[in-house]
Amino acid sequence: MRYSLSSIIRNAASGHRHWPKVWRNPEPQKSYDVVIVGGGGHGLATAYYLARNHGITNVAVLEKGYLGNGNIGRNTTIVRSNYLCSENSQFYEHSLKLWEGLSADLNYNVMLSQRGALNVFHTPAQRDAAIRRGNAFSLNGIDSVLVSREEVKKLAPLVDCSPNARFPVLGGLLQPRGGSVRHDAVAWGFARAADTRGVDIIQNCEVTGFRIEKGRVRGVETSRGPIRANKVGIVVAGRSTLVARMAGLRLPIESHVLQCFVTEPVKPVLDTVVMFAAAHFSIVQSDKGGLVFNGDLDGYNSYAQRGNMPVMSGVAESAVSFMPRLSRLRLLRHWGGINDMTPDGSPFITRTPVKGLFFNGGWCYGGFKGTPASGWTFAHLIANDEPHPFAAGYTLSRFETGRVINENGAGPQPGKH
Amino acid sequence: MCLLTKGCEMSTQPNRLASGGQIDRSTRVRFTFDGRAFEGHTGDTLASALIANGVHLTGRSFKYHRPRGIYTCGSEEPNALVTTGEGGRTEPNVPATMVEIHDGLVARSQNRWPSLSFDLMAVNSLLKPFFPAGFYYKTFMWPRSFWYRLYEPAIRRAAGLGTVADLPDPDDYEHAHAHCDVLVVGAGPAGLMAARAAAETGARVVLADDGAVPGGHLKGENIEVDGQDGGMWARAVCDALAGRDNVQFLLRTSVFGRYDGLTFGAVERVSDHLGDEGAGLPRQRRWTIQARQFVCTTGAIERPLVFEGNDRPRIMLAGAARHYVNHYAALPGRSVVVATNNDDAYLTARDFVHAGAAVTVVDSRDEKHVSGNALLPEGVGVHYGHCVAQASGRTHISSARLADIAEPDHIRAELSCDLICTSGGWNPTLHLLSHCGARPKWNAAIASFAMGKAEEGVHVAGGAAGTFDLQKCIEEGARVGAAAAKACGAKPARATALPTVEKRPVYGIQTLWRLPDSVSKAGAAFVDFQNDVTVADLELADREGFGHAEHAKRYTTLGMATDQGKLANVNAIGILSEMRGTPVSETGTTTYRPLFTPMALGTLAGQRQASEFRATRRSAMHAWHEKHGAVFIEAGLWLRPYYYPRKGEDFAAAVKREVLTVRAGVGMVDVSTLGKIELKGPDAGVFLDRLYINSFSKMKVGRARYGVMLREDGMVFDDGTVTRLAEDQYFITVTTANASGVLQHMEFCHQVHWPELDVQFCSVTEVWAAMAVAGPKARDVLSRVVGGIDVSSEAFPLQSVADGTIGDAFARVFRISFSGELAYEIYTPANCGLGVWEAIMAAGAQDGISAYGTEAMTVMRTEKGHVAGPELDGRTTADDLGLGRMMSQRKDYIGRWLAQRSGLTGTGRVQLVGLKPVKGGDTFRMGAHLVTEPGEIGPDVSQGHVTTSVYSPACDHFIGLALLKDGRSRAGERVLVVSPLHDEQVEAEVTGPVFVDPDGERMRG
Amino acid sequence: MQIHCPWCGPRSLDEFEYGGDASKTRPSGKTQENMEAWVDYVFLHDNPAGRHREYWQHVGGCRSWLIVTRDTRTHEISKVELACASSRKGAK
Repeated sequence: MRYSLSSIIRNAASGHRHWPKVWRNPEPQKSYDVVIVGGGGHGLATAYYLARNHGITNVAVLEKGYLGNGNIGRNTTIVRSNYLCSENSQFYEHSLKLWEGLSADLNYNVMLSQRGALNVFHTPAQRDAAIRRGNAFSLNGIDSVLVSREEVKKLAPLVDCSPNARFPVLGGLLQPRGGSVRHDAVAWGFARAADTRGVDIIQNCEVTGFRIEKGRVRGVETSRGPIRANKVGIVVAGRSTLVARMAGLRLPIESHVLQCFVTEPVKPVLDTVVMFAAAHFSIVQSDKGGLVFNGDLDGYNSYAQRGNMPVMSGVAESAVSFMPRLSRLRLLRHWGGINDMTPDGSPFITRTPVKGLFFNGGWCYGGFKGTPASGWTFAHLIANDEPHPFAAGYTLSRFETGRVINENGAGPQPGKH
Repeated sequence: MCLLTKGCEMSTQPNRLASGGQIDRSTRVRFTFDGRAFEGHTGDTLASALIANGVHLTGRSFKYHRPRGIYTCGSEEPNALVTTGEGGRTEPNVPATMVEIHDGLVARSQNRWPSLSFDLMAVNSLLKPFFPAGFYYKTFMWPRSFWYRLYEPAIRRAAGLGTVADLPDPDDYEHAHAHCDVLVVGAGPAGLMAARAAAETGARVVLADDGAVPGGHLKGENIEVDGQDGGMWARAVCDALAGRDNVQFLLRTSVFGRYDGLTFGAVERVSDHLGDEGAGLPRQRRWTIQARQFVCTTGAIERPLVFEGNDRPRIMLAGAARHYVNHYAALPGRSVVVATNNDDAYLTARDFVHAGAAVTVVDSRDEKHVSGNALLPEGVGVHYGHCVAQASGRTHISSARLADIAEPDHIRAELSCDLICTSGGWNPTLHLLSHCGARPKWNAAIASFAMGKAEEGVHVAGGAAGTFDLQKCIEEGARVGAAAAKACGAKPARATALPTVEKRPVYGIQTLWRLPDSVSKAGAAFVDFQNDVTVADLELADREGFGHAEHAKRYTTLGMATDQGKLANVNAIGILSEMRGTPVSETGTTTYRPLFTPMALGTLAGQRQASEFRATRRSAMHAWHEKHGAVFIEAGLWLRPYYYPRKGEDFAAAVKREVLTVRAGVGMVDVSTLGKIELKGPDAGVFLDRLYINSFSKMKVGRARYGVMLREDGMVFDDGTVTRLAEDQYFITVTTANASGVLQHMEFCHQVHWPELDVQFCSVTEVWAAMAVAGPKARDVLSRVVGGIDVSSEAFPLQSVADGTIGDAFARVFRISFSGELAYEIYTPANCGLGVWEAIMAAGAQDGISAYGTEAMTVMRTEKGHVAGPELDGRTTADDLGLGRMMSQRKDYIGRWLAQRSGLTGTGRVQLVGLKPVKGGDTFRMGAHLVTEPGEIGPDVSQGHVTTSVYSPACDHFIGLALLKDGRSRAGERVLVVSPLHDEQVEAEVTGPVFVDPDGERMRG
Repeated sequence: MQIHCPWCGPRSLDEFEYGGDASKTRPSGKTQENMEAWVDYVFLHDNPAGRHREYWQHVGGCRSWLIVTRDTRTHEISKVELACASSRKGAK
């Protein structure tokens, strides 16, 4: 059922008893044109764009648990496209443009809220680095504004802009179109739209192996029986290594815990997304009123979706030091997601040595904001067996050549990005 | 007979019972709620004091702004959230059940306008048909522009409950650590016995409880233990425990999370309850508790029954209601309906009868399954096989309508009442047991979730284990306490005899998740109170395909309010299971996450906040810099002099003067922040050869040389000076920013790659104060002040080092130059730094010596084309920076091989160049980019960027260093330097990176 | 989480810093032909779900680099060795 003013009124009148299921729960068929392994945000987006952009609808999305169970529902919901490296800025700008039209495209309100993303800097050296980045964004056609301390104060009155702060604020770099999106709605919106176009979303279906014959993929083994397909896409960020290993692939990826934190809901106090150069710390206030934080990675390889205490203390320290008025606001909950971390901090959307098998992963911190473009470009790659120009740099071979896409200059240890 | 007090107190605390309770009646504590003054007693919570004063309406719900009252007596409170304090002490969303009253306490209700009893936002309730779960995903999309202009701002405005403070918090916080053999969380009967049993073996015990008074549920029970009042017995046990050296008893301490390896986080409310008397104490203290064994005696939390209007003020959990009567002597109602599906609530009925209230019990079970009725005095009516289908009233309830369980469509009776006590059964509090990943399992006997097999080192007893019989709780507690101590290696001790308690009815329960939906047509049977999630919302979620517990939670926001679903989750799982026709055991729970109860960010930060957020590092000469007007700049944790403005000078004028002083005379800069590492051992030279791209093992003793290190991936890591002090002794400097990283890297290389190398090293950054004296007159100045070194050019050439004295102080003098001038670096023990600095200043006075800051240093190193932080950005190779020739071909070193990858050696790399404006007066800034055509946009437009730009007094125009694509072959080419952020564009010429004295004559002078 | 440092005893997580996969040794490559081994050593790690041998440094203590065997699913630590002792053993 299409959502419209009239369908809302009709259903309200009948006590909401006639809304249909937003997606079917089909049994897996024996064979598909394309099998997508992973029913998270990126997998569902890939399926949707395969159908929408390429007319490929005989597609199954196989999800081990329930759809949207991975990082699509465990992030800080921030979207922005201000990336320094040209490869990244093209890709994420495409993503942001897709975000801007997504609710209308999916007929599902993903609640995009473009209240700006502000990077605060504290020292002249950080300012110069911000100018370098801001100019790089501008030259890539991405909106970007350098703001003074006074303007930071206006944009985010919560931030301590006094000279007494341990790291006094010098100014900021603002992307006005940055903002946040209701994360779960993205998975549901893509799932509903893909399902409407005929894609089978199969939950509780774990892929246990790949059928590979003479270097070509022929299908997958699953907990619900074998499924044939000549094209298979792996989109399981968080478990990339484990799934790819079943196909004999080794990946330059490590799994790390990134924690998210949310406070109790309070009346609006912070309009923009704010990130601070003096610590790895970002903050955004959700539409429900909770302040959502991100900090450092927990720092060690992990597949456990839970965080440790030192990082929790660290974000609390950052929160009250940058925004002293938050001192008596209470932290409600913190949880961990498993991030695919790569040696240069950038993702993979790529062919693999196995013909017909494609890989999407290694999202580091960019997974959520990259969701639509990831689906768009991965669908392009699967449909045409040719990389989309916006994702052409995201190869596995870039470490052999040294043509890495190193956004922050950190060394090759994935956990350092 | 009604036991309510008579006489003068009547007016202030009309619902305070004349006797009983553990409040201190000799005190009168004055506080305000929504501006009205009230009185209570020491020992009251805000909730109990409000109940004693007849106040039940305490808040409004999140979405529909429905009136809400006190529902519980603990941290699980979903409704009675208030804001306490004023100004910087404003604290939103505090459960009134957890606030101990003190004189001067100020509390306000939240999420209402203009007032609590008349809230205009309650209009949302009328729009309820349009606002079911997930409504926003389907709506607000037409027309498109209205979303961000109208709908979204409106949704945001409606967000939140309380308001954050408008000022910084004036109070202090601290972080403390505790280590113990056995941590017992929860000082109820099981926890007390566990702590006692463990303590008697001599094990180190920490016992933590979030209450102000120990005893857990015993506090609220009218029951005798060993012949005395249960609450008093608990106090006596605690007093005995607290007297032991091996027990640390943390009251008012909530353990909020369990982390890997039995590490726990807890918060102690140190002085919240003291009001003004708490001055000088921290407000709260965060604890990190490291335990070897964990005893979980966190008890159980009651769940409500779900019926139409079950959220109204004066509806309360049955256990909480009797807690108010027994512990606080506060009577929440006089005409009481007790609605239950289990035997525990009969205790509530009995205690209310004793307190003088009129009581009717409504039990959904058949009489033959009921044992609790044995407790009831004669004459108390019980409606078996019935349930409350509907509560009527608005801000207070007035009646309960009953339905027959067999025919729930028909209202059978209407009981007028002023209080409904509701009990849907008890849920073990499993949070701390499952924070580390263990999953609870359905236990049909108690109709709730419990833990299966305990993990290693974890013990559970009492309510948390699903044991609701008091005698068994006591026995279980003692047993696991002893077992935990034994697991730590403690010898078993002779245990004190266990107390006996009076027999009580056996706990029996039959689930009653909801009434068939026909009764709750209006859809106002609430599952999650605070977030206004109803049975109808769950039905809608299931209907639309969000029936999985995790989907339903996310779709309806159930369990995501400040109480984290402590009352709602199990009910929701039961209801979903019933709707879907699957057993509860298969539906499973959602994941419990820390924090068990929300904690203030200030407390979690402890003392590391504001000015103590990060250490501030100052050099030994800091006081001098301050005295001489230095403007400081942050460099990592360090404060460094940026420049020293004199009267009337701005930044540019001061920096220009400082540079000219050095270039024409002599100046001095504090370089103490450089990382310094000393190495000793026969293999020190070999070790350095493997770390740096150039070689040092053959360098002569007494010599110093510039060196560059790579990362293993071939990118430049760091640079600095390597000095050979003796045959087997080296001293290196590394950049301020990388000081700790380089040391770690060296330790890794030595311990992991080459442990066979006989070398030792350590950081000596703090040991030495360091300063550079530079300028044509530097030698003259030093010759006047340095003893023991012949500083003549012949005796002390460039790149040499010698030890001498300055005054009484040891001074190690290096002849090296970053500024390009004749220059020396002087290292002296940190405690001599200030004296040596002053001595040099005095000796240089006649030559007009002047201190210079980091900016003048930057100007001079840029003039010389020396690279620094902005060029070493982790993405550049040695070759990019023009240092490729230094890369030895004759040895293996870190990064050698990967630096030779095809993408790092071919064309298309950015390379270090110099830039000068075509028009002399033009300026450009750091971070500007280099382009060839104006106005273009796209991924290949930027050819590089300006890493450093300064006004060069020597050139008398702006100069810059830049990383430009294939830059070395482009000397003489003109490029555009653009900064779209500033709308700037100037033309510049590409040059070599060295602007001043390319042959280095000045520094050799 | 605690790590039992062989020198310092059980110490809290915040005294340690992580150093990544410890399952490989640095190639002794002297020639450029060894590039594949180098790429493998620096960029490709097994990243198992389960037992993981990994480097940690006791930065807030004795500054020893340790090899810790830890389960990446449960974070349970089963073994801690000094990296230098392990490297010496390996060299022999």
